[in-house]
Amino acid sequence: MIRVKNLTKYYGPTLAVDNISFHVPKDEIVGFLGPNGAGKSTTIRILTCYHPATSGYASVAGHDVFTQSMQVREKLGYLPESTPLYQEMRVREYLDFRLKLRGVTRVDRPAMVKKAVDRVWLGDMMDRQIGHLSKGYRQRVGLAEAIMHEPAVIILDEPTIGLDPTQIRETRSLIRDLAKSHTVMLSSHILSEVEAVCDRVIIIAKGKIVASGTPDKLREKLTADSRLIAEIRGPNEDVVKTVGGIAGVHDVKIEQNDGWNRLKIDVDAKRDVREDLFTVTTQKGWALREMRREVASLEDFFVQITAQQQESRQD
Amino acid sequence: MRNIVTLAQRELAAYFFSPIAYVVIALFLSLSGFFFISMVFTPGNPASMRPVFEFVIPMILFFALPIVAMRLMSEELRSGTIEQLMTAPVTDAQVILGKFFGVLVFYVAMLATTVVHWIMVGLYGDTDFGATVAAYIGLLGLGGLFLAVTLFFSTCTKNQVIAALASLVVLGLFTWLPMLVSQHVEGTLRAVIQHAGVMPHYQEFSRGLIDLNHVLYFLSGIALFLFLSVKVLESKRWR
Repeated sequence: MIRVKNLTKYYGPTLAVDNISFHVPKDEIVGFLGPNGAGKSTTIRILTCYHPATSGYASVAGHDVFTQSMQVREKLGYLPESTPLYQEMRVREYLDFRLKLRGVTRVDRPAMVKKAVDRVWLGDMMDRQIGHLSKGYRQRVGLAEAIMHEPAVIILDEPTIGLDPTQIRETRSLIRDLAKSHTVMLSSHILSEVEAVCDRVIIIAKGKIVASGTPDKLREKLTADSRLIAEIRGPNEDVVKTVGGIAGVHDVKIEQNDGWNRLKIDVDAKRDVREDLFTVTTQKGWALREMRREVASLEDFFVQITAQQQESRQD
Repeated sequence: MRNIVTLAQRELAAYFFSPIAYVVIALFLSLSGFFFISMVFTPGNPASMRPVFEFVIPMILFFALPIVAMRLMSEELRSGTIEQLMTAPVTDAQVILGKFFGVLVFYVAMLATTVVHWIMVGLYGDTDFGATVAAYIGLLGLGGLFLAVTLFFSTCTKNQVIAALASLVVLGLFTWLPMLVSQHVEGTLRAVIQHAGVMPHYQEFSRGLIDLNHVLYFLSGIALFLFLSVKVLESKRWR
């Protein structure tokens, strides 16, 4: 439903999005994850026909965002980052106005507004002025606006930012619910959110896609080079040889630490060799004083990317 | 067309939700009322609205309309609602036209309040119906131009005050400066200045003349600034 190919966007001399390509199939929830300023909003704004790309191709629901902008806009529901709304309008008036702009007839509008409003738990706020609503409710008005015309594709830019924990949970379950019959793309800079909601994650940093896949696959990929740290007292060469012989161990590095052998053991991520290692050392009569697993989590990976981006910014 | 009407309706409603609309209407009414009483509605004066229409009303509009129209696009740019608007299935030209017609209807409502003055004069003497209607058509053109110019500057900046001030400068340059300068120059230069200036075109209407020349002057002026606004809005996408 969303297809992006070699998309690049410059703001003046600043490169915001650097030659990215991805594809979102129908009825999938994709999370667009990245630190602030990574190019998430820029990509989203290109997809929603707000900004044209500098080069590359993007299509939404089969229509080119540049040449068939109107068709794309009709098929799209979009919640912009800070949920900008007309403060002086009432919730009902605003939603009615937006449907009118989409060409929905007077007869159909009230039912559609009602349905969307019920879906985002906004029923009792219908006749309130938007300017008087709290941030959470305003966010829901934006969400209602994005879904009420049953668009084929829904794009949400930071949908849970500024919400309290209950509202975040409600919003997440709503998004999951929406994905049953819509293609959803949401951006976030919070990993746990994307992990909790999305079928697939695209991690973006400095305008480039650094990783993409299901949360499980990503985790697997990251922990592929997971590591075991152990400190064993025993004859150096024998220790290396014995430990290296355990099934699932790829490589063993050794260094001396006040009379102990400190081993860095690269292991197969899917295997837990700790028990084998313990058995071997006791059989040999060696002493074991430490054994721990270094598992790279998505969080670590994400923090690493964020840190890299910050470093390069300081350069 | 449907989208333009929808956008214009929303714009008009927004005016009546904000206090500025009522303040401006009240100010406009009291000022025009004051000048009407002192310049027209006095025993012995001819039963004609012309003294007020000729100079005073344009002067009030010159200050009032930039204040009315300054928020049109600036407000959208500042609050970010422009993103919602420009990702809705409406063209940039429809956005600008919707804004323009929305504020134009507001202006017509504001102007309609002066019809009371006309009726009052009519009670005591015979006003020239045709001439007064012509003057109102002239005011529509004049106000439309003022609004289009302000809309253009409002599209350029998210700061409403800058939009209003820039419009005042440009409108002043084309409205009042030629009146001052043309008295001191002669020949071709004078003719050029008088053709470029807004007031000579407008004053033909307030004298009761509807000349295609002057109608076209206002229409093309409005069209030019609306066109420029659309272009500025389009260019915003690229930045």
